[in-house]
Amino acid sequence: MNRELKRVSIVVLLMFVALLASTTIVQVFQADSLSADARNTRTLYDSYSVERGPILVAGEPIALSVPADDEYKFQRTYSNGPLYAPITGFIPLNGAPTGLEHALNRELSGTSDAQFFDKMNALITGQNPTGATVEVTIDPAAQQAAWDALGDLTGSVVVSEPATGRILAMVSKPSYDPNLLTVHDNQQVTDSYQSLLNDEGDPLINRGIGALNPPGSVFKLVVVTAALESGKFTPESTFPNPATFQLPGSSAVVINSGGGTCGGGDTVTIATALKQSCNIPLAELGLQLGDDAIRETAEKFGFNSDYSTPLDVSQSVYPTVLDDAQTALSAFGQTDVRATTLQMAMVSAAIANGGQLMTPNLVDKVTAPNLSPIQVFEPETMERVMSPETAATLTQMMVNGVQDGAASNARIDGVNVAGKTGTAENAEDEPYTLWFTGFAPAEDPKYAITVLVEDGGGLGQTGYGNLLAAPIAKQVLEAVLNK
Amino acid sequence: MPASSNRSTTTDAPERPLGTGRVRRLHLPQKLRNLELFLLLLACGINAATVVLVQLGALGRIDTTLVLLGAGLSVLVLALHVVLRVVAREADPFILPIATLLNGLGIAMIYRIDLANEEYGWASASVRQTAWSALAIGCAIAVILIIRNHRVLFRYTYVAGFVGVALLLLPLVPGLGREVSGARVWIGVGSFATFQPGEIAKIALAVFFAGYLVRNRDSLSMVGKKILWMRFPRLRDLGPILVVWALSMSVIIFQRDLGTALLYFGLFLVMLYLATGRLSWVLLGMSLFLGGALIASQTLDYVNGRFQNWLDALNPDVYGADGGSYQLVQGLFGLAKGGLIGTGLGQGRPEITPVPQSDYIIASLGEELGLAGIFAILALYLLLVARGFRIGFAGNDDFGKLLGVGLSFVIALQCFIVIGGVTRVIPLTGLTTPFLAAGGSSLIANWIIVAVLLRLSDTVRNQPRLVV
Repeated sequence: MNRELKRVSIVVLLMFVALLASTTIVQVFQADSLSADARNTRTLYDSYSVERGPILVAGEPIALSVPADDEYKFQRTYSNGPLYAPITGFIPLNGAPTGLEHALNRELSGTSDAQFFDKMNALITGQNPTGATVEVTIDPAAQQAAWDALGDLTGSVVVSEPATGRILAMVSKPSYDPNLLTVHDNQQVTDSYQSLLNDEGDPLINRGIGALNPPGSVFKLVVVTAALESGKFTPESTFPNPATFQLPGSSAVVINSGGGTCGGGDTVTIATALKQSCNIPLAELGLQLGDDAIRETAEKFGFNSDYSTPLDVSQSVYPTVLDDAQTALSAFGQTDVRATTLQMAMVSAAIANGGQLMTPNLVDKVTAPNLSPIQVFEPETMERVMSPETAATLTQMMVNGVQDGAASNARIDGVNVAGKTGTAENAEDEPYTLWFTGFAPAEDPKYAITVLVEDGGGLGQTGYGNLLAAPIAKQVLEAVLNK
Repeated sequence: MPASSNRSTTTDAPERPLGTGRVRRLHLPQKLRNLELFLLLLACGINAATVVLVQLGALGRIDTTLVLLGAGLSVLVLALHVVLRVVAREADPFILPIATLLNGLGIAMIYRIDLANEEYGWASASVRQTAWSALAIGCAIAVILIIRNHRVLFRYTYVAGFVGVALLLLPLVPGLGREVSGARVWIGVGSFATFQPGEIAKIALAVFFAGYLVRNRDSLSMVGKKILWMRFPRLRDLGPILVVWALSMSVIIFQRDLGTALLYFGLFLVMLYLATGRLSWVLLGMSLFLGGALIASQTLDYVNGRFQNWLDALNPDVYGADGGSYQLVQGLFGLAKGGLIGTGLGQGRPEITPVPQSDYIIASLGEELGLAGIFAILALYLLLVARGFRIGFAGNDDFGKLLGVGLSFVIALQCFIVIGGVTRVIPLTGLTTPFLAAGGSSLIANWIIVAVLLRLSDTVRNQPRLVV
């Protein structure tokens, strides 16, 4: 029997070796990936129990961990919560963090790879580990001006620096107070979160980067860029100028926004069409260009790709398959074209920056508790979208549009503002989406701004971009230029 | 029983001529028992320290209630030690300290989870576990005292078999059986599920298998047809294995308990192999069981679900499904959190994982004690099993050998099924981790196994060549 017993002993030994191996694999080799899993609430609890680093705007904390007398040790507080909520997000007890709290969670909680030695050091010296400080690019004056200008409308304002891609303001309305979601009471957090979730205004959505709307006429900037870059068209290229235009292969007709022809005459130039924001000439231009050429340019601007600021930005869409009728509609930003506010801000910023699109960025610097920099963000080129000449031509056309065209309500005395309005149709009977995108001063652009007003600005299908969105842009630009 | 009746009169050194081996033995210091006492005190010390560390980690202060309860248990274990000094002085000195240490670690971790869930007094699992431990150690003392010679058990082979099967089927009796989280393996009175008779059944079945195989192994091993290099049994000798197989399958189907079925079948196969020395039995048995399990995984939802959870645990669909891998993945998160050295007792968050004090106690321990702690625990189990196997190697009567090895193998296999399930070596099935997990029936069964192993090891050392 002993020979068999020996064999059984070996089997038992192998069973235990298998257990030793499996526990080693889980606890050592898979430990990192398991800890990084979004469903791992232990990691979340841990990130709550350390003194998270603050998030600073111009040196002032907008998110701060203060000592608390409970098991979580620290309470996260947000000053001026609703104003900065789209940027900070929040870190709840019983769910996943959002905003920068999510995007830079490892840095803020001191668990990023770069902070490994700090952590070990804290462990050995018996100090509590602290997270890194995050300095954002937001300009508090621009942020406040955008907040005030948007008033009670549903929508967002994004202001950026064309030469660097730094985001100076990102406002989303309606907003919420993140402090409600960081109290140390699970039930209270769940209740607050549920009521925000059920709110018809969807306050939890960051409309600067997370809401996709049809861009309407602001998308004409992309189409004209494609036309000029193709070399086949100039601002003076002409198109037939009918009052109605039947879509190829369809019974549907396109009309210009005011009805009638585009500024009179049998033909109309691209410059006039853009200035007056006419649909029919753009539809004709779109058909001549073809959807491939438009898509190529749109993708250079950032459409159809994922990027982050480091907040994850929803993917703006120029559809991959379009027939002729859809191509014509897409040329003035309808059919299934969708864009975020930031995406349109990038279009303006690229034109303002001589055709060079800079990577949009929300964070200047991440600093360890001992003040050594962990990450410093330098301006980066994302794409050369167009030649400086094309950019200059477009700028002139956009200045004309504000000066005496369809975007006249963004006019500021003494400053050349370049801009383009948009009034996009949603489903039948639904309110329009209103846009303004542009930059100032036109000759030396310091600020690119995009205003999104959802839900027709409360005016259903009677509001339009120049009526509601352009004045908001004007108010913000005045505030930042005159400061 | 010549040997044991001799030993029961050892209190005074009788006036006998020198030179008879027995007298000299009486004067020998009890080296084994002294070693056991030393190890036992060490184990009790570690257990007390563990409880204190849990309190310091989770509460930040020391609370004497559970320490006192633990001291009570230590007294009981020492009583068992004293009993051994009298009635089984040559018993293995490692078995009792290891069981004590594992039991204590389990109570400390259960207590730690009680603290997290803010449960105190009789509502808390740790106090109940302590009470069950006391009862279990009491049972062990009784077994040691009553069974002075294990060969008595040989006489009751078929009674044991009947009792084993009856216990196994008891939860299926309407009105008596209770279903807990899908498995119908409990019996209870009123609304309380109180006892898992299957845990006790494994001892009865081990006794039955050992007795039956010793009686019948010749016919099972000698005759048969040789196919290729292997001798396969005759059709008519397939009876026993088919019966046990059918029993296991019925456990899978009617009690919905994969783990128990695997445990019994594995036990039977190993004992069958030991008794007959025929690999063909193992192959035959394994293909029978795997075939059955395969069919079950195709036809029974819960078995299919277990396999899915095992193979694709991190898939969001499987994770979110009802009866999906949520618990398994939470356990993995806990283990990952523990890493190499653990968070320290009382410093982790084992309570996040569902049932962290029973099926998942090993994940809880892994979180707070780390890989180092798990390795230590596995080493303790391995040592315990090795001491049991030692009986098999050193023993001279086949019944004792088979019984000792069978009971030790049950502990090893149970560890493998539970810990392997938690760490994704095999699909997860509900079984208790011996000595550690919360659960009275499991404690009682395992302490009885300890008592039987102690008795067997004493016999082995004491009567090296007497019993044939």
